[in-house]
Amino acid sequence: MLKWLHPYAKAEHSYALAGKLMPWFLILTIPSFLVGIVWGLAFAPADYQQGDSFRIIYIHVPAAMMAMAAYSTMAIAAFVGLVWQVRLAEMAVAATAPIGAVYTFIALFTGAAWGKPMWGAWWVWDARLTSELILLFVYMGIIALYNAFSDKVLAGRAASILTLVGVINLPIIHFSVVWWNTLHQGATITKFEQPSIATEMLIPLLMMIFSFATFLGFMILYRFRNELLQREQHRAWVVKLVQAKQRG
Amino acid sequence: MFNVFIQVVRQDLLAAFRHQSAILNPIWFFIIVVTLFPLGLGTDPTLLSRIAPGVIWVAALLAALLSFERLFKDDYIDGSLEQMMLSPYPLAWLVSAKVLAHWLLTSLPILIISPLLAIFLSLQIDAFYALSLTLLIGTPILSLLGAIGVALTVGLRKGGILLSLIMLPLSIPILIFSTMAVEAAASGQDYLGFVLLLAAMLVGAITLAPFAIAAALRVSIS
Repeated sequence: MLKWLHPYAKAEHSYALAGKLMPWFLILTIPSFLVGIVWGLAFAPADYQQGDSFRIIYIHVPAAMMAMAAYSTMAIAAFVGLVWQVRLAEMAVAATAPIGAVYTFIALFTGAAWGKPMWGAWWVWDARLTSELILLFVYMGIIALYNAFSDKVLAGRAASILTLVGVINLPIIHFSVVWWNTLHQGATITKFEQPSIATEMLIPLLMMIFSFATFLGFMILYRFRNELLQREQHRAWVVKLVQAKQRG
Repeated sequence: MFNVFIQVVRQDLLAAFRHQSAILNPIWFFIIVVTLFPLGLGTDPTLLSRIAPGVIWVAALLAALLSFERLFKDDYIDGSLEQMMLSPYPLAWLVSAKVLAHWLLTSLPILIISPLLAIFLSLQIDAFYALSLTLLIGTPILSLLGAIGVALTVGLRKGGILLSLIMLPLSIPILIFSTMAVEAAASGQDYLGFVLLLAAMLVGAITLAPFAIAAALRVSIS
């Protein structure tokens, strides 16, 4: 396994592998996104209580899930980077953070847009909303820390350490917010408890989740490649690559 | 091993006592911030006693934030931090001593003057006990978490605001549990559960944070 992985510690091999994988992720994303979003927004039955406004879950839920998934990806990459001193894994942490932050923002924004007709307010201090907001803060801290260093190798390592500190802290934050919320305001706003989701609604949702996940993979690879090029811009292989592009 | 710990604490305390303004300024800041709230919100005692735990805790957080920059900065500039890394003792151990010294210098005074502020905000005596207890257990966690942030930013020129960006979101659970404990105490409920949760977090922070601080310092100094 390690022997098989070993060549990818070299930047140019990783660059090539990422480039080879990228189109596959895109191929998986596009059809599932198109089918999922059309089915979800136009053909899935309307909810009997919430009407058509429930349809925002086809964006909201996948975005929220990928916000968490991106953080888990970062945590694993940070762990690999720090423990086995894999410099490229630390680059992956830096490449993933802004994507996670954007997914978190989408989840918050669509949540607010859904909250207005359902709860009557753009923002409620609901436990999930609050912990999602704090997740956004954590992402922003990591991005800010990464940008503050001029030496990007150190920046990647610092961001990895902060990511790992965050991964211990995030569950604590989540539970504290849940308890705080239940004790603070009780049931002023009752959320819709759907016992189970109808199959016609579930299938497009699963498709959307799948397309968001593959798009996350695509974006990570894309930003990872950019990160690689930027960091190694003076290396021979990058120079050769650019020259080949210019000629062809 | 233990001697070194005492030595580091002693040395930091000595250095601080020779520049007393560094200890006093965060405390004054803390008192002034707490004073601003009655001025801004009105002096209704029931309102003040309701917001008191939150106000005091947020003020303590901000005061801690201000004082953090000093934690490693001087040692970083004069090179003693590098010497610490080169010493045969584990860096995590030496760093814990520095954090302890920092806590004694900044958070303990806040704990000592908190009765005064409790009077300012007309806090009941039961709530006050709970507040002191949460400050006693919660502020060391703050110091440990903050030290991670400081260690990550010590080498940067403009680390100040970045430190607050990193550290404040991570300190939210402490704020939540502490204010919940005080509120429970103020309404005559049992608040031991929250205090125990804080204590659990303190134990976790003491065991894990020194290693994170040491790793972060290694990044900042290399």
